[in-house]
Amino acid sequence: MEFIRGTHVNFMGIRKIAYVVSLVLVAVSLGSIALRGLNYGIDFAGGTLLQFRFPREVTTEELRKVLGSVNLEKSVIQRFSPTEVVIRAPKLSQEDQNRLVALLKDSFGSAELLRIEDVGPAVGADLRRMGITALLVAIGGILVYVAFRFEFRPAVTSVLALAHDGLIVVGLVSLLQKEFTIPILAAVLTILGYSINDSIVVMDRVRENLIGRRRGEDLEGVVNQSINEVLSRTINTALTTALPVLALYFFGGKMLQDFALAILVGLVVGTYSSIFVVSALWVDWEKRQPRRR
Amino acid sequence: MKRRFLPWRLLVVLGLIAVSLLVVFPVRDRIRLGLDLRGGSHILLECMDTPEAPVDEDAVRRVVEVIRNRIDQLGVAEPVIARQGERRVLVQLPGVTDPQRAVEIIGKTALLEFKDETGQTLLTGAHLKNAQVQFDRLGRPVVAISFDSEGAKLFAQATTANVGRPLGIYLDGKLISNPIVQEPILGGEAQITGRFTLEEAQNLAILLRAGALPVKVEVIENRSVEPTLGRDSVQAGLRAAIIGVILVLAFMVLYYGSFGLLADLALLCFILFFFALFIGLRATLTLPGIAGFVLTVGMAVDANVLIFERIKEEFRSGKTWRASIDAGFQKAFRTILDANLTTLIAAVLLFSLGSGPIKGFGVTLSLGILCSMFTGVWVSKVFVDLFADRLKMRA
Repeated sequence: MEFIRGTHVNFMGIRKIAYVVSLVLVAVSLGSIALRGLNYGIDFAGGTLLQFRFPREVTTEELRKVLGSVNLEKSVIQRFSPTEVVIRAPKLSQEDQNRLVALLKDSFGSAELLRIEDVGPAVGADLRRMGITALLVAIGGILVYVAFRFEFRPAVTSVLALAHDGLIVVGLVSLLQKEFTIPILAAVLTILGYSINDSIVVMDRVRENLIGRRRGEDLEGVVNQSINEVLSRTINTALTTALPVLALYFFGGKMLQDFALAILVGLVVGTYSSIFVVSALWVDWEKRQPRRR
Repeated sequence: MKRRFLPWRLLVVLGLIAVSLLVVFPVRDRIRLGLDLRGGSHILLECMDTPEAPVDEDAVRRVVEVIRNRIDQLGVAEPVIARQGERRVLVQLPGVTDPQRAVEIIGKTALLEFKDETGQTLLTGAHLKNAQVQFDRLGRPVVAISFDSEGAKLFAQATTANVGRPLGIYLDGKLISNPIVQEPILGGEAQITGRFTLEEAQNLAILLRAGALPVKVEVIENRSVEPTLGRDSVQAGLRAAIIGVILVLAFMVLYYGSFGLLADLALLCFILFFFALFIGLRATLTLPGIAGFVLTVGMAVDANVLIFERIKEEFRSGKTWRASIDAGFQKAFRTILDANLTTLIAAVLLFSLGSGPIKGFGVTLSLGILCSMFTGVWVSKVFVDLFADRLKMRA
């Protein structure tokens, strides 16, 4: 089996299209984050999440009515199965929690409390601070690494692409109004660390091929050849990583599904950007302001 | 390195496999599961200042002590009670099936007071020697308490002075019983009858035996998982991991033929070594940790992909298979190092990402990356060298 062999795709020829696609994706992401915002989970926002199992099927309407009697009708209700439900409410005191559990037990015969996640505002603030710090330090760390590893210009375009990848993942989470939780943040961090790799593979090959460049061969040609040469490994490494994550998405249970989705989207976007965007940006930069070699 | 020392290298690999097997099996007993997988409560408490009782160093230390007493009474196996920072206390209770009760018992101040009609406090729970659940003549649960010698003296005085009048019993400022004193009680023993359910009486007895908290304590974080839900998560995670591994194994064989088969062998070594290391380091497996492991399975063969693609290229440029193999391993190494290092930067940062299960993701991801560099490059090379003369790929 072999999908990719001896390809001669003119990636540089369609780079304007890639720019437009990327700009649209980034604009939509930024727009969604600005307008719809992020649906912060209780890790960051604080609050109380309770997961129940009922002895019979309970509809969302039924549940909402019962919650309404204790002024919790605005809670987020998420169904895991016909009999399993997650209720996300603002922070409830211990007494309120006990009252709610008793109320649900009364209303539906029984209510098995499977999970409690109760995060106070102070802890939420701590986690927010830690999250932002981790994100900044990760980006900083990768920047430092790339700066040592690359020349200046490929480093800049790679990091730009990285920001593009991360932004689109967060944008999608916002667009779908998935909960932005610590696992999602972990997914974004992982994607940042992972998707720089493909850019390194591509740009390394470009550098290698530039050394042996024939007289008169233009930059686009060299870059095209380089991308085509490493195409199968760029795609295969992403594919082998995506396969188990797909298994996670379909078979890993509800709690890891959003995480798996974020990683998958990140893998796709990361692979796309390292093929279509990183070297293309670099080519345009070099052509506008050629350096003496 | 070429093919030198091959028997020795093979011996190292086989030795590592043997040691790992010894460490890993039986898996069920060796792997420590986190609270989200085995069920249990992770509770973070914070000591709060009140006008009557400001928090100081001594108070926090006593809070830890009292909570430890209470948990001992609850009968939880392997609890963790640890101070965090200046005024926080972390409590982890594996296997707890009723987290609400646990929170109730841990977080209550449990200050017992006896007050006369004028509201003056005559005696507190500080003088208690013991507290136990008993049943009155009607079979209702009551809490029988006995005082130490100082307490017995105070209680004798209090009851003597209030014969025929009520003596209020307050818990955390709330009246729980208001009996009329019939006659002076000199023996230092008494009963609290507060129309309790059995569980309420048991809770109160535990609280009174363990003593009151010196300051107000608030639950600022509670993550509790019911053990059956944890078991479901383990099953789902395991299923995803097995399917994921099979998909990757299949892909490598289909795409890279006999080379892929060797990569698969290296991947199986990776899984074995990973868990041996994981168990050896006494790490705790959480649900995000499983996700991290599944992810590294996919990343582990990336090294093989990079190497094999390079080998193909070398072969196409006219080298023999043997020469191509050596060149492929050598030239791909730098890229593999880069790829893993950048991911490692992100993974290590997840360590610092606070408390709770997500730390487990950072742990498995970091461990997976380090372990896969070894199996993906060094172990793979041993296997490839072993069969180098018979290996072929479509190139």
